Amino acid sequence: MARVIFDEERCKGCKLCLTVCPKGIVVIKEDVLNTKGFHPAGVNDMEKCIGCAFCATICPDCVIEVEK
Amino acid sequence: MKTVFKRPHALNDIQMHYCPGCTHGIIHRLVAEAIDELGIEGKTIGVASVGCSYNNYDYFGCDMAQAAHGRAPAVATGIKRVNPDNVVFTYQGDGDLASIGTAEIVHAVARGEKITTIFINNAIYGMTSGQMAPTTLLNQVTTTSPFGRKPEIHGYPIKMSEMLATLDGAAFIERVSTHDIKNILNAKKAIKKAFQVQIAKKGFSIVEVLSTCPTNWGMNPVKALSWVKENMVPVYPLGNFKGKDLEV
Amino acid sequence: MEKKLLMKGNEVIAEAALRAGCKYYFGYPITPQTEVAHYFAKKMPEVDGTFVQAESEIAAINMVYGAAAAGARVMTSSSSPGISLKQEGISYIAGAELPAVLVNIVRCGPGLGGILPAQCDYFQAVKGGGHGDYKMVVLAPSSIQELYELTVEAFNIADKYRIMAMIMGDGVLGQMMETVEFKEKEDIISADKTWAVTGTLMEREHNVITSIYINPEVLENHNLKLQRKYKAIEDQEKRVEVYNCEDADIIITAFGTVARIVKNVIKMAQKEGIKVGLIRPITLWPFPNEAFEKYANVPKAFLSVELNAGQMVEDVRLAVNGKNEVFFHGRMGGMIPTQQEILDKVKEILKK
Repeated sequence: MARVIFDEERCKGCKLCLTVCPKGIVVIKEDVLNTKGFHPAGVNDMEKCIGCAFCATICPDCVIEVEK
Repeated sequence: MKTVFKRPHALNDIQMHYCPGCTHGIIHRLVAEAIDELGIEGKTIGVASVGCSYNNYDYFGCDMAQAAHGRAPAVATGIKRVNPDNVVFTYQGDGDLASIGTAEIVHAVARGEKITTIFINNAIYGMTSGQMAPTTLLNQVTTTSPFGRKPEIHGYPIKMSEMLATLDGAAFIERVSTHDIKNILNAKKAIKKAFQVQIAKKGFSIVEVLSTCPTNWGMNPVKALSWVKENMVPVYPLGNFKGKDLEV
Repeated sequence: MEKKLLMKGNEVIAEAALRAGCKYYFGYPITPQTEVAHYFAKKMPEVDGTFVQAESEIAAINMVYGAAAAGARVMTSSSSPGISLKQEGISYIAGAELPAVLVNIVRCGPGLGGILPAQCDYFQAVKGGGHGDYKMVVLAPSSIQELYELTVEAFNIADKYRIMAMIMGDGVLGQMMETVEFKEKEDIISADKTWAVTGTLMEREHNVITSIYINPEVLENHNLKLQRKYKAIEDQEKRVEVYNCEDADIIITAFGTVARIVKNVIKMAQKEGIKVGLIRPITLWPFPNEAFEKYANVPKAFLSVELNAGQMVEDVRLAVNGKNEVFFHGRMGGMIPTQQEILDKVKEILKK
């Protein structure tokens, strides 16, 4: 069991996290706009998360917290 | 469930101003993680330099001093000589360290100052909008080499790690990269070891980190990471240049 | 018991600094002040202090910035071309409000110039030199004894106001030997340095030493704060010697070693029935304009004698404020005016 929590206000939509998720579950939320005008990243299929923290490791803005 | 990954304490809880996908953010976090893991935030003093990271004194939780362009190793020398028990680090880009600050870094290393330098090599000047750096690759287009870097006009890139490795005062020199997870984790190991080398009073430690500048390279952050792997790593080989087997 | 010694000026500077509790010196060799560095190199180990020969004057001033940021009393010294190199660092030290002591043993310029004495860095020291709206306290001793006393005071002034204090000497002062009487123990005024970067120990918010403020309102407020500091220094720290000025026929103004020559001119003139007065600014900044205002209408004229093309004379004219004539006599390139030369100029002015 694992989950990731995205601070959507801090995300700059750089998409680096999308490229490293081994389960391919990190997506850009095209329907969300934060106050800085970015589409933040996030996860829809949370039950597939394995808590590897690759997304958090590559994130330049400490957007992601990982729980296991 | 418990938290297995979150922002390190030594990195303040404020949004950093860097461009989306800029590797400064990753590297700041790696430095902060090393500080947390070594339990040294209370005795660390960082020296901010001039470039995009000029204001990282707002981002690190330890005491910080901002230095003139290129002079961070001299400022760090002054701080460390006054308080040898403090852990002192500089954080410098390629203009700061390899252009205007070449004398300062060479001599701080030559003197064997017990400080740690985090050297951000992204082959370009970021803050001033994309000029050629001493680390710009041959044929690379920048605002001051608009037709590509040509050796007969612009000379050749400088390999700082290799150059500094000729100095006896250097205890630990490693070049790392941020272009994928494996390399980011390796960079963290090197940065942590660099601090340990300082704490063990072995001499100067420097980690050269190959980094991106998506904005001035004119590509998206994901493509920029590939560019590091495909173009920078062949010119700036990764690895240890000094102190590989140092006991800390 | 106080110690009376015969010592060379450059060495007195270092000895004074050590007695003032300065344990950090960063410098680079340059004629005619290198003996300052030699003295520190020998003596620092005795007090468990630190001497570093930096790679350049630029590196040295930045090491000073670092050591001052860490809360220490620190000095660097140089001579004119080296002081030029330090200007950026001086501006940063001013902006970051760091206390430090800088010594300029002035030589002639411009450029590589010469190694003989001059006073041609007055403008550089008091009007800027570095960029931005800043000041440093500039002290101009005239004897080896005064050199010692003002060097100790410089550290106290620097700490009290969080400002750079400069000792402006010249090659004469640096190289000559005179008796100096050291106190048994100096009056070291301790200052609050809780702003210094020493490590938070996880017990306080972090300290930041910086001179950059991107927000214009913040930066203006910072500059206004600096200006208030400079005003306080102007109100409290002016130093001047006024000699023989009551009903003087002419008042000569000079600083540093030139004032010693003028004192001999005063004696010579007296024999010829001419009363010559001297106003000797000891602080070049803050400039002691009140002394000039007080005597503005007394003499027939003022005469500024300097080893330059006419620098302090501009501030003399500002202080006299049109109430009297101000003449100038200067020598350059390391040439020193003779007493006769100055007396001849006095007589020429009085004939007019």
